[in-house]
Amino acid sequence: MRESLTIVISGEAGQGLQTCEDLIMNSSSKQYYVYSCSDVMSRVRGGNNTVEIRVSNFHVYAYKNKIDILFLLNDHSFDRLKNRIGDNTIVFGEESFASRSFIENKNGKFIELNLEYLAKKAGSKLFTNTILYGFTAGLLDLDSDKCHRQIEDRFKKLNDNIISDNKKAFDIGYQDLKKNNIQIKVTKSEEAKNYKVLHGNTAVGIGALAGGCNFISAYPMSPGTGLLEYLAEKSQDFEVIVEQAEDEIAALNMVIGAWYGGARAITTTSGGGFSLMHEAVSLSAMTETPCVIHLAQRPGPATGLPTRTEQADLTNAVYAGHGEFSRIVLAPGKLEDGVLLTQKAFYFADKYQVPVIILTDQHFLESIGQMKKFTLNEKYLKSYIVKTNKDYKRYELNESGISDRGIPGYGEGFVKVDSDEHDENGSITEDFDMRVKMNKKRLARKQLILSDYVDADLIGPKTYKHLIVGWGSTYGVLKEFIEGREKQDTAFLYVKQVFPLDKRLLDYFSSNKTIIVIENNSTGQFANLLQQELGINIQHRVNKYSGEPFSIEEIERSLEEVLNEKI
Amino acid sequence: MKKFDFDYPIDIAWCPGCGNFSIRDTLIDALQELDINQTDVVFSSGIGQAAKMPQYINASYFNGLHGRALPVAVAIKATNPNLTVIAEGGDGDMYGEGGNHFIHNIRRNSDITHLVHNNMVYGLTKGQASPTSKKDFTTPVQVSGVTNEPFNPLSVALTLGATFVARTFSDEKELTKEIIKQAINHKGYALVDILHPCVSFNKINNFAWYKNNTYILEENYDNSNLMDSMKVAMDTEKMALGIIYKGKEQLTFEKQLAVYQNNLTPISFRKRDLTSVNELID
Repeated sequence: MRESLTIVISGEAGQGLQTCEDLIMNSSSKQYYVYSCSDVMSRVRGGNNTVEIRVSNFHVYAYKNKIDILFLLNDHSFDRLKNRIGDNTIVFGEESFASRSFIENKNGKFIELNLEYLAKKAGSKLFTNTILYGFTAGLLDLDSDKCHRQIEDRFKKLNDNIISDNKKAFDIGYQDLKKNNIQIKVTKSEEAKNYKVLHGNTAVGIGALAGGCNFISAYPMSPGTGLLEYLAEKSQDFEVIVEQAEDEIAALNMVIGAWYGGARAITTTSGGGFSLMHEAVSLSAMTETPCVIHLAQRPGPATGLPTRTEQADLTNAVYAGHGEFSRIVLAPGKLEDGVLLTQKAFYFADKYQVPVIILTDQHFLESIGQMKKFTLNEKYLKSYIVKTNKDYKRYELNESGISDRGIPGYGEGFVKVDSDEHDENGSITEDFDMRVKMNKKRLARKQLILSDYVDADLIGPKTYKHLIVGWGSTYGVLKEFIEGREKQDTAFLYVKQVFPLDKRLLDYFSSNKTIIVIENNSTGQFANLLQQELGINIQHRVNKYSGEPFSIEEIERSLEEVLNEKI
Repeated sequence: MKKFDFDYPIDIAWCPGCGNFSIRDTLIDALQELDINQTDVVFSSGIGQAAKMPQYINASYFNGLHGRALPVAVAIKATNPNLTVIAEGGDGDMYGEGGNHFIHNIRRNSDITHLVHNNMVYGLTKGQASPTSKKDFTTPVQVSGVTNEPFNPLSVALTLGATFVARTFSDEKELTKEIIKQAINHKGYALVDILHPCVSFNKINNFAWYKNNTYILEENYDNSNLMDSMKVAMDTEKMALGIIYKGKEQLTFEKQLAVYQNNLTPISFRKRDLTSVNELID
């Protein structure tokens, strides 16, 4: 029997919600299937942030709207969460934080819990989140010694008595729960311990290291900054040059200069920063100098919703840069692909000498999920750099369609690279025939890239009447939907390489199927791309662009409408 | 065949009489007199007449985008500090489009040489004013004369902590060669602002004008005092030629990179070991 619990903590920025989320996730993930995502405002203090943690006996990977247990840490978040309260929801908080009557006539329950009082008992208001950690650990029947070790690990940079105070606060929370004798019905899963729990951002960071990344230059912009900070944190152990550029134009030009010099370099940004990088994307293509760009999407246009999520920069990525040239756009939806597609991005960039864009978004990057352990493939570290001989020509036209890439100071040749149209030598040219040859060479790269197409995953039954199509961070909610559905008539196609698209995808779209493309944007950018690139006829589109991810309930409701049948 | 030159005729796109020709001769002489091997020299240039220079020097180059030579140059140097990296381009390229990179790369103090051909006009695009154009200079765009305050790259560089700031004139070949050699040997960012006439589009600041408005710093000029150098740099009436400031060398950007603290192998030649990455996953 499928058992799942949705815990939501709502408080202000600065009340330690992120710390609490990490502690609970790290300790509960050993015994349960867990997933968490946060809904954060663009401010450093105050306002209203919520963290959702799902604890279950089956795999969970998505945001759920209905709350089972709600912890209120202040008096002004209840209104925002009212529509998420339903049968048997238990709300904890101080009397003034919520309306008991509202909860009760939704047949929920309100239990007075004064975390601040308990925190002061433990020594200071700052321990509120550790009290909550203890309380929740008690609720989930976690081993308190292991939780103590989590606290030691989390606060290891601080002095000892802060650690011991935190442990004391944890115990107070742990004991206090016992008094409320609340039982939760989620059985533990032995198998859960084979998983590693991590953020999407960490997956992308590990993928970069796995791809041989040794240089990152970027300008801070949510939600892209996380990757810059992850690689900065790892820069000593893994020998990575990390530089904060003066602007995004410098950031990508430095990445291209680094690849030209022989490094494997990446930049990270969001839509607004990437718009400034368009010219350099074109430079990468024209000079056939590889580059890798992490584009962490957030709602636009312009500044938009800095801390929310959206998938509205697919077109921005596919059409960035003036002129016509080849590129690759990869969109990880699950944590394994956060690692594998980022690793492959460096391999493809080096092999095909084109710009490669890894398209993620805030929801993917800042959610925490479980990933099975696996070992990385050395193949993607293969370097395509050659030692040059005396008469080396950077843009030599040959059968393969790709010229050997030398780097300066490695061999006897000169590596001459030009953003003007150029001849095989790399010297500027205005010869029209040479122009046509070079243009053809750059555009022909697309076919070579397609021979290495990253296949889509089909999730659910092999034969199906309805096909849901998704890319990037809708993976979790669509997979959980399919896995929870009794009827075996619907499958989900999770497309990983969103550009260029391979003809083999057509096999999934044979005529008599209903096609539903689900995207976190308003114009259905991937649906348009499928129609334009592969001529696929899309009957239904389900779109959401409030800045939030889809919830499980929303997907069930919208598919019910589309398929007009009870899900 | 002279190193850095060609043993076959090359088509140089500069206008006959352009100052760039003498800068090219001087640059090739300077590079030959320094004992650097030819394959370790790399140019990074933007777009404009001056930025074509690397096309006419037999060495590796990355001829990138207008204004973006410095970020590329700094990255090349960081990935392989054994290379001698020269960023080259005109006043519009480096001080106009690339202004933000000019400011912040002086702060970085990469060990690169920054050669800026300053003819106070946009040549390739046929005569618009550049950031260094003097007031009242009229052009097809500034039809009633430039009103903006001219950009003074030398004083800006000094205030940002540059430890090598020089100005020369394309016709002063010996002086220019000496300055370029010292700039290349200087540890850290070195700026050489090279005045030169644009014979097609700047009829005001021509050979004669530069002769009358510049002077060569005397032998006994002490270029190690920042405040004195600033005074010289701020004087735009009579422009001094020579090394205006040569301060105590500071730690370079590359020297301070964690990757080079106890391993000098350029990162371009290091291999990633997957075992330690795998440990992040299990």
